[in-house]
Amino acid sequence: MEFLISLQTLDSTVRLSTPLLLAALAGLYSERSGVFDIGLEGKMLGAAFAAGAAAAVWHSAWAGLAAGIGVSVLLALVHGFASITAKGNQIVSGVAINFVAAGLTALLGQSWFSQGGRTPQLKMEERFGEITLPGSQMLADIPLLGPVYSELISGHSLLAYVAFLAVPFTWWVLFRTRFGLRLRAVGENPAAVDTAGISVVWARYRAVIVCGILCGIAGTYLSIGVSAGFVKDMTAGKGFIALAALIFAKWKPINVMLACLLFGYLEAVGIRMQGRELPLIGEVPVQFIQALPYILTVILLAGFIGKAIPPKAGGVAYVKER
Amino acid sequence: MSGAPAIELVGINKSFGPVRANHDIQMSVAPGTIHGIIGENGAGKSTLMSILYGFYQADSGEIRINGKTVKISDSQAAINLGIGMVHQHFMLIHNFSVLENIILGAEGGAILNRGVAAARKELERLEKEYSLEVDPDAIIEDLPVGLQQRIEILKALYRQADILILDEPTGVLTPAEADHLFRILRQLKDQGKTIILITHKLREIMAITDTVSVMRQGTMVATRKTSETNVEELAELMVGRSVLLHVDKKEATPGEVKLSVKNLTVKDSRGVTMLDNVSFDVRAGEIVGIAGVSGNGQTELLEAISGIRRARSGEVILDGKPISVTGGANPALLRERGLAHVPEDRHHTGLVLPFEERENAILGYHGRDEYSSGMFLDLDAIRADAEKKIEQYDIRPANSKLKTANFSGGNQQKIVLAREMERDPIVLLVGQPTRGVDVGAIEFIHRRIIEMRDAGKAILLVSVELDEIRSLSDRILVMFAGRIVGERGANATEGELGLLMAGVEDGAKDGARKKEPA
Repeated sequence: MEFLISLQTLDSTVRLSTPLLLAALAGLYSERSGVFDIGLEGKMLGAAFAAGAAAAVWHSAWAGLAAGIGVSVLLALVHGFASITAKGNQIVSGVAINFVAAGLTALLGQSWFSQGGRTPQLKMEERFGEITLPGSQMLADIPLLGPVYSELISGHSLLAYVAFLAVPFTWWVLFRTRFGLRLRAVGENPAAVDTAGISVVWARYRAVIVCGILCGIAGTYLSIGVSAGFVKDMTAGKGFIALAALIFAKWKPINVMLACLLFGYLEAVGIRMQGRELPLIGEVPVQFIQALPYILTVILLAGFIGKAIPPKAGGVAYVKER
Repeated sequence: MSGAPAIELVGINKSFGPVRANHDIQMSVAPGTIHGIIGENGAGKSTLMSILYGFYQADSGEIRINGKTVKISDSQAAINLGIGMVHQHFMLIHNFSVLENIILGAEGGAILNRGVAAARKELERLEKEYSLEVDPDAIIEDLPVGLQQRIEILKALYRQADILILDEPTGVLTPAEADHLFRILRQLKDQGKTIILITHKLREIMAITDTVSVMRQGTMVATRKTSETNVEELAELMVGRSVLLHVDKKEATPGEVKLSVKNLTVKDSRGVTMLDNVSFDVRAGEIVGIAGVSGNGQTELLEAISGIRRARSGEVILDGKPISVTGGANPALLRERGLAHVPEDRHHTGLVLPFEERENAILGYHGRDEYSSGMFLDLDAIRADAEKKIEQYDIRPANSKLKTANFSGGNQQKIVLAREMERDPIVLLVGQPTRGVDVGAIEFIHRRIIEMRDAGKAILLVSVELDEIRSLSDRILVMFAGRIVGERGANATEGELGLLMAGVEDGAKDGARKKEPA
C-alpha cells in the first residue's frame, strides 16, 4: 500500500496534473468571461501536434512552443468568432473544434511525416525536458526534505513550473487587476459592463485569447515536454478531465490547482495499481480509477459537495435587448 | 448658466424592424431642473433614453448637450459627456462588492489597488455630500433593492454625471423608499444637476418634476410645465382618449368559502422562511387582493396553493376538500379540481414562448378528451378552440399559428387569461395580471376579472400595483416579510396601505414614520 504515498507516485502526480492544470486554467479564463469552452481538448491536441511538428522541423523547442500557442490561439479565435461575434451555440462550436483537431492532426501528421500520424522522434535539446533545480544534488541527502526537493520539486519540465506559477498569477489577475475585474463582470452581467462604457466583445475576446495561450502551453507540454514527439490522439480526454476539474473547483484558481492535483493523483495511482491486488477488495479495474474524476464531478454537480454556481452569463452570447 | 438647454433632442427617429419606437422626437431640458417623461409601456420612453445614453443609435436626428451638437456612439461617450443613467433593471454585478461595482469601467489604472483606495475615499465624500450611505464592502445580492438603486446613483455621481436619467426608478420601491428617493433627487437638483425621470405613474410626475413631456406610440405629444397641468390632462394625453382611472363594479355578494388557507408556512431551499403562518379565506363571488412590495412572500403563496412549491406546514382547503400542500400536491390534478392559476411571470411559468399560440392556449389542459383522440392530439379541435378564444379576448394578431414570442405583452397575457378563465374554475389565482400590459388591455383584463367575480368565482389577486389592488379588490390583505400584516376594506387609502407595505404594523401608525419634513 505504500505506493499510494510514495515519492514516485507523487512525482508522477505532478507530471500528470500539469497539462490538466494548464487546460483548466485556460478554461477558467474563458468561462469566467461567459464563454463556455468544451473545446479545451481540441485546442490542446492541435497545439501538441503543432509543437511536435515545429520542433522537429526547426529543431527548437521554442519554435515548438510558438507553433503550439499559435495554433491553439487560432482555434480559440474560431471559437470566439462563433460564440461572441456570430452569437452561435458555444457547445456546438467547441465540439466542432474537437472533431476538427482530432481529424486534422492525424491527417496532416501522416501526410507530412508518414509515420502513422506521429511526428518524428525529438532529441533531448529539441524538447522542454526535465530541469534540475540548483542544489538538488547537494540537498538530496537531508532526510525527508531532501528527497522531496530533489525528486518531487526538482526535475520537471520548464512548462510544469509555468503551470504551477500560473495559479497564483491567475488569482492575482482575476481579483487584483482591471482586466480581471472586467473579465469576471462580463461573465456575470454583460449588460452592466456595456452600460459602464466597456466593450463586452473585446473583453470576451481577450479572455478567449488567454485561454488559447494556456491551452497551447498544455498541448506543447504533452508532445515536447513529457514526450519526444506527437502521437495521434495523445490528449486522450485530458481536456474533458480539465473541464471536470474546473467545475469541481467551482471556477476558482486555487481550487483548480487542488482539483487537478487530485485528478492527477488518481491517474498516477491508477497506473501503479495495474495488476496489483488490494487486500480485501482484490484487483481494482483501471477503468474505474480513470472514471473517478467524472464520477466525483457528477457527485458534485448533483449537489452533494457544496454547490457549483457557474458564471451567470455563461454560455449565452450578449445581445442588446429587443 | 449660459441659457442653453442641458439636453436638446432634435428630430430623433429610431425603428426596430417595422416598429417605429421613436418618431421625430423633439425635447429640450433646462439645466438644473427635473424633467419627467411619461407614457404607457411601449410608448418609446426607454428607447429614447437608451439613445441618449448611447445604448442604441438613432436612425436620424441630433443630440445637443449644453448647446453643443454631439455624437453618442456608445455608453462611454455618454459618460464622458457627463450623462449617467439608472436603469430600470439595475446594471449591477450581483456577486461583486459595492466598491467593485462602482469602479467597474472607471478603475483608475490596470492594477486595482491604487484605484480602489482612491475610489473608497471619493465614495466616502459622495456619501457624505449627498447623504447616501452604503457599506462599500457589502455584496450586492445581500442588499435590498432600495440600496441597490442608491449604488446605481452613486455610480453615476462617481463618474461626475451632471445629467442623471432614471428609468422607472420607483417600480421596486415601497412608498417610503420612493419618498426618500425623491428627497435625494431634489437635493441633486439643488446642487445643479439636471434630472430626467421616466415613469408611467402620474402621481410621481406631479410630486417632483418641474416640466413634463408626454409620449404616446413613439411620438412626443406634449410638453407642459408641471405646475400648469393636472393628472386628468396628462392621462388623456398619454392614452389619446379619456380613460377610466376607476373600474366600475357592483357591490360584491360573497357566498360560501371556496378557498381556505390555514397557517401556511413556506421555506426556501436555504431554509429561509418565505411565508410565515399565513391564514385567510376567499369566498365565492369576491376578490381578495394581496398588496405588498414584490418579494414579500406573494410569489411563494401562489406557488404553494397551486402545488408548484411544497409548503413546510399548514393546510389549504379547496372547495371543501384539502390540498396536500406539504407534499404530493399535483398542479395538473388541482386544475381538474377547479383551481385555475394565472402565474405572476407569464414568460417563466405561464407560457412556452417558442410555441404557437394555439399550443399555449391548451397547455396544462392538453390531456383532456376534448383535445385528443386516443394518444394523439386533435389538431382541428385545438385550432377551433384557439380561434374562439382569440375572438372572445380580442387577441391580436388573430393568428393561432404565430409563435407566442411574437405577441405583445398584453396579448400574451390575454392568451394566459383566456386559457385559465375559460375553464369555468371554482377558484382563480391571478398574479400580476397587468404587468407590462398597455392601458387598453388593462381595462379589458380588469373587466374580465370583475365578470369572473360576478359569475361567482372566488378570486385571489396578487399585484404590486396598489391602484390595481384598490380598484379591483373587495377585501385587501397586505403582506410584509412573509406575513399578513393587515386587512382593509376596498376603501383603504393609499397612505395606510403604503405604511403596512413598509412593515409599519397596525397600532404603530403615522407618527413613527413622518418625522422628516418632505
